[in-house]
Amino acid sequence: MKYVDEFREAGVIAKASEEIRRLADPGRHYRLMEVCGGHTHAIYRFGLKDLLPPNIELVHGPGCPVCVLPMGRIDDGLSMAEDPNVIFTAFGDMMRVPGTQGSPLEHKARGMDVRIVYSPTDALKLAHKNPGRHVMFFAIGFETTAPSTALILKRAKEQGLRNFSVFSNHVTIIPAIRAILDSPDMRLDAFIGPGHVSTVIGCRPYEWIARDQHRPIVVSGFEPVDILQSIVMILAQLKAGESKVENQYKRVVPWEGSRPALRAMAEVFELRPYFEWRGMGFISQSALKIRESYAPWDAEQRFQVPGVRVTDPKAAQCGEVLKGVLKPVQCKLFGKECTPERPVGALMVSSEGSCAAYYNYEHRKAAAFTSIGAPV
Amino acid sequence: MSSAPPKIRFRDPQIEMAHGAGGKASRRLVEGLFAPLLCGNSSEPLGDAAHLDLNGTRVAVTADSFVVKPLKFPGGSIGELAVNGTVNDLAVSGARAQTLVVTYILESGLPTEILEAEVRAMAKAAERAGVTIAGGDTKVVEHGKCDRMYITTAGIGLPIPGVTLAASSVRPGDKVLLSGPIGDHGITILLARGELDIEADLCSDTRSVLPLVEALARAAAPAIRWMRDPTRGGVATTLNELARDCNLGVLLAEEKIPIRDTVRGACELLGLDPLHIANEGQFLAIVAAEMADAALAALRETPGGHEAVIIGEMCEQPAGTVLGATSYGGTRVIDMLVGDPLPRIC
Amino acid sequence: MCLAIPAKIVELFPEEENRALVEVVGVRRHIDTGLLSDDPPKTGDWVLIHVGFAMSKISEAEALDQIQTLTMLGEQQAALEEVEGYGLGET
Repeated sequence: MKYVDEFREAGVIAKASEEIRRLADPGRHYRLMEVCGGHTHAIYRFGLKDLLPPNIELVHGPGCPVCVLPMGRIDDGLSMAEDPNVIFTAFGDMMRVPGTQGSPLEHKARGMDVRIVYSPTDALKLAHKNPGRHVMFFAIGFETTAPSTALILKRAKEQGLRNFSVFSNHVTIIPAIRAILDSPDMRLDAFIGPGHVSTVIGCRPYEWIARDQHRPIVVSGFEPVDILQSIVMILAQLKAGESKVENQYKRVVPWEGSRPALRAMAEVFELRPYFEWRGMGFISQSALKIRESYAPWDAEQRFQVPGVRVTDPKAAQCGEVLKGVLKPVQCKLFGKECTPERPVGALMVSSEGSCAAYYNYEHRKAAAFTSIGAPV
Repeated sequence: MSSAPPKIRFRDPQIEMAHGAGGKASRRLVEGLFAPLLCGNSSEPLGDAAHLDLNGTRVAVTADSFVVKPLKFPGGSIGELAVNGTVNDLAVSGARAQTLVVTYILESGLPTEILEAEVRAMAKAAERAGVTIAGGDTKVVEHGKCDRMYITTAGIGLPIPGVTLAASSVRPGDKVLLSGPIGDHGITILLARGELDIEADLCSDTRSVLPLVEALARAAAPAIRWMRDPTRGGVATTLNELARDCNLGVLLAEEKIPIRDTVRGACELLGLDPLHIANEGQFLAIVAAEMADAALAALRETPGGHEAVIIGEMCEQPAGTVLGATSYGGTRVIDMLVGDPLPRIC
Repeated sequence: MCLAIPAKIVELFPEEENRALVEVVGVRRHIDTGLLSDDPPKTGDWVLIHVGFAMSKISEAEALDQIQTLTMLGEQQAALEEVEGYGLGET
């Protein structure tokens, strides 16, 4: 596969690993945060931790848009679909996330019309195909996905589609990073920046991290070579005592971002004054609300939403794991009351959640196995 | 003296799609509800078929049901799956299928020509697989009460000489053989449902694996420890079951696992893992190391076996776990499927 | 929310300006190009697809440059060490 295979090639990976070893100061312990859940998933899926020296620690950030949604929002979305006329649509990632009365899939088993879509366009098409029903799209994601939601809302308006609405749970990445840096428990040396969010917002929004917080941030792609090269670039900055924003993912990320995407978002969305993030409390200006000009397509306006705040079970430490303060395995419920089959929180369900990634890919690996090569 | 009633360990309040998907939930249902109530206190690990002694004659018996939608898809149809699936369950248990019985549950309103097409497909598949169909039963349910047609086949067969399979006989160092590329069937079905805006030149791999199993037996019967066909839940689930049953680890070399480019592309587009996708024409065999090359050669020389490959080996640690190693030295745990393979966008 | 994959544009539809047919190793999918409206892609271009939308064009030049940089890493280092080995800087 072009633009994938070259970035998984063993020889190039070996070179990058060697360079990491060369640059890393053996007397120093590095804590690098990868913000984006897609990076967390990639790190585990490709076994990249096995390729790093032990003094480089990767800390998982809160960039999993499913994980940071408080349970109350899931409940709100599901309550809209209690009306049998409503078709609840969402990406696959949402389907097993627990609400207080069960996940969307569990609601489906009890008779609710719940359907997976692979694109917001699918939800729009479903509305066209089912004029007698109302299609509600539970929209999640950071700035990577928000422009797509914005475009289909524009289309819905242009087409005068009456039986379609969006429940916007889009969140923005910069406030999350700010909250991390403001947290007293965090000691981070640098950031591996979110590659796909950056195709939309560009690299400028990270400048304050380098300038005011003096942490290097390298916007990274998602293949093994990308992530390793980003670590090389971070180490080189740290070694030189620098802190700047760099773009490792140049083949895809434009420094200025995507103007059409930003335009679409600005036309359809505005920032909520504040929004609750699981485990991080209320963060101001951190989530997207559909504008008044699109009110007929805003599910929050079309439906009566309970809006109940649901706190996580006391023993669950989702918040601390989300912020990177705790490793998944340090949560008291990890692997016992909370497993991918019986998840307590979304981090164990979402493929980007660090608990799920750790449980599925890492946990049970014996220490003896950290440097195994292909056996046959 | 009566023995204590079997303990039901299945605590899910209701049945959901995940319980039929072949992964962890399915296993919980089988081991936690069906086995204790139906199979007594047997501690035998559950296999694809049961080998029984009937008054001195050893026979193998199995049953499988087919609810695939759509009924017809590139490469086959429900009728072929119904024959091949049962023949394969017997084959990987070390038995040659002799005869099948078949039950149909038909939806009122089903056009006769569709039924006839499937029956013809079954007849043809049975002939190809070398089995007879001894009889069966038919029920018709009201319109809307089943998806056009459900088929169950039960098969009976005779043990293949020299083959004795048991998870307990698997040893560290044994090699893992795979008969061919994975993911073809599951992805074909997914695309054939037409809900996705995706087209690809792909077809189901449904076929009888009996000729391959027999070739393997001729070359290396005493060295074959265990076999299974990775249907629902895929290779990952099947090998996890093995790892659990024999309390050893499985180490796979990920780039050795044969996956067609189109399957790989579709999986990448949809965010699915090919190791979790169902196959209907492949099987896994654990073979003692010293005979592994001969076993592989025998498969490759048999029509349909040219893509067979050794994908890994059994290891002492980590017990009960399947690991995947990349060509560049990274490893990851390959887990069993939890529910239906849900495509991820993230 | 970051799964995005590179795909090649194989067909455009003049009557529908936002639709394109892309291909990834033989798998074809219809996607929306509305987010690239300032610089619409042409047939043969590679784009990054996310939830059925093209997010960005992929620059072949940058991709090659990146692989080159990494491949050169080892060689640059070896060259450096060789020069240091000559001891020219020592007195």
